[in-house]
Amino acid sequence: MKAVPLILLVSLLICSACGGSPGQTTPSAGTSAYIQNKGSDTIVNLALAWAERYQTEHPDISISVTGGGSGTGIAALINGTVDIANASRAITADEIKQAKANGINPVQVVISRDAIAIVVNPQNPVRRLTLQQISDIYSGKINNWTGVGGDDRPIVRLSRETNSGTHVYFLQTVIRLGDPKNTTLFSTDTLLLPSSEGIINEVRQNPNAIGYDGLGYIPPDLMNSVIAVAVDAGGAYVIPSITTVNNNSYPVSRDLYMYTNGQPTGAIKDYINWILSPEAQKIVADLGFVPIK
Amino acid sequence: MDKSPNWRETFVTAIVKTCGYSAVVFVILIFFFLLRQGLPALFEVKLGDLFTTRWYPIENHFGILPLLTGSLVVTVGAMLIAIPFGIGTAVFLAEIAPRWMREILKPLVELLGGIPSVVLGFLGILLLSPFLRVFLNLPTGLTALAGALLLGAIAIPTTVSIAEDALDSVPQGYREGALALGATKWQTIWRVTLPAARSGVLTALMLGVGRTIGETMAVMMVTGNAPVMAIKLTSILSPVRTMTATIAAEMGEVANGSTHYHVLFLIGLILFLISLAVNITASSVIFKSRKRAERVLS
Repeated sequence: MKAVPLILLVSLLICSACGGSPGQTTPSAGTSAYIQNKGSDTIVNLALAWAERYQTEHPDISISVTGGGSGTGIAALINGTVDIANASRAITADEIKQAKANGINPVQVVISRDAIAIVVNPQNPVRRLTLQQISDIYSGKINNWTGVGGDDRPIVRLSRETNSGTHVYFLQTVIRLGDPKNTTLFSTDTLLLPSSEGIINEVRQNPNAIGYDGLGYIPPDLMNSVIAVAVDAGGAYVIPSITTVNNNSYPVSRDLYMYTNGQPTGAIKDYINWILSPEAQKIVADLGFVPIK
Repeated sequence: MDKSPNWRETFVTAIVKTCGYSAVVFVILIFFFLLRQGLPALFEVKLGDLFTTRWYPIENHFGILPLLTGSLVVTVGAMLIAIPFGIGTAVFLAEIAPRWMREILKPLVELLGGIPSVVLGFLGILLLSPFLRVFLNLPTGLTALAGALLLGAIAIPTTVSIAEDALDSVPQGYREGALALGATKWQTIWRVTLPAARSGVLTALMLGVGRTIGETMAVMMVTGNAPVMAIKLTSILSPVRTMTATIAAEMGEVANGSTHYHVLFLIGLILFLISLAVNITASSVIFKSRKRAERVLS
């Protein structure tokens, strides 16, 4: 009995893998379509919420959403196994080259904005840091909380895995302070945790920890220990929120993307247009992300 | 009518033979696949760069030493836990526990082996690592020790189950002989029963090691995955990154055919070779001990 859905699933996977251009069904209106959506773990909850709402409004469309990381999503797009790749970082020149070699032409759409919140344990008295201080903490120059005006405790640095777009963005924008010539790396003893939940859980129970994650992933009990960030010591310390991202005063915010193979057509085009509509962008705000416009 | 059983015989023999050979064929095929995908890494990354201490593949730092030492620390730690506990439990079940208790305990131990490792990983994150941090006053509980404890717990059921079977199959006459010569219960176990069951017990330990080296999910969840060199004695109390966790965490992201992809396969190849070495050592030890036993008996 159990084997039947499994076989269906497997054959579905095989079909989508060999199809070359999955989801692009005949253009005639009203036909059902199957859209595969994969990538960034930052976006996955948002993409799921969108897919659920869209499917209730368009019962003929089915959308499958999976996470795995921005790199994973883009790799899947390059390999032709998904229709839409979610990414919390822009596609790299290397990836574009690989895509072209595979006959894929990635097209980018900005679907929402996101702030990266830096968060510490509620017991930790530190509530404000400059970008330079955060960079020094993560590159291993500051190893004790006394170095930034906190208690005498070792600093435990938490980060997402290297396949996470958030990781790459944090490296470029915070650790390297946006300087492309800077080659500072994460301190080797930075814990690379495979999920947002892993980071939140460790920050919640460990007073030594510092972590970063998309604002939408910070649970209410940690909202009070989100770090206010200043560009330099003299500047204003800003807490991440929809307002501070939209007026560009919070320095660690970024765009979130979807990538398709070529300009989207048919069901995929309709879906992406809907995502950019006010109705879908309201879901963005509900989940703690920052709507575009 | 006369021929039909013969035909059946050939047919069944052929099937059984195919099954037997297929295991060998699969192992060889996997080995060649790993070679094909992993060896290019040796040409793309200089050997000197491969054996450095920095693992940061997205910026082309492919030093695999931290991963090797990380796996080593976690595996050795797990074995230090699993060997005494596993053999102790097996001896208790086979030699000391009364029949009724054994009939309850053994299925329970085997049930422990049925718990998915990802569930143990959850317990590790939520209970074990906070406990270790507070109890040992560590910066973080996500350490090699947490991984070793979980892996020990994963290896113990396999070890216990097989070692207990081996002890159980030692003929009763051996024990009676030892007791008749005036040996105590402990002397009988240590000098007679355990040595007699040696090959089975060793097999149990090797299967336990095998599970430990290859286990991924639980380790990835609790060891913190920081690629630091684990060469000090205190490394067991610091975060490490194992080879299996590295492959699991990074395989999904890499582009097919890139250097990073080849290096990950090279790590897989190294894991394969380590398992092979462990198995060959184990079977040669068992073989030797058997030969000696045969010599003694003849």
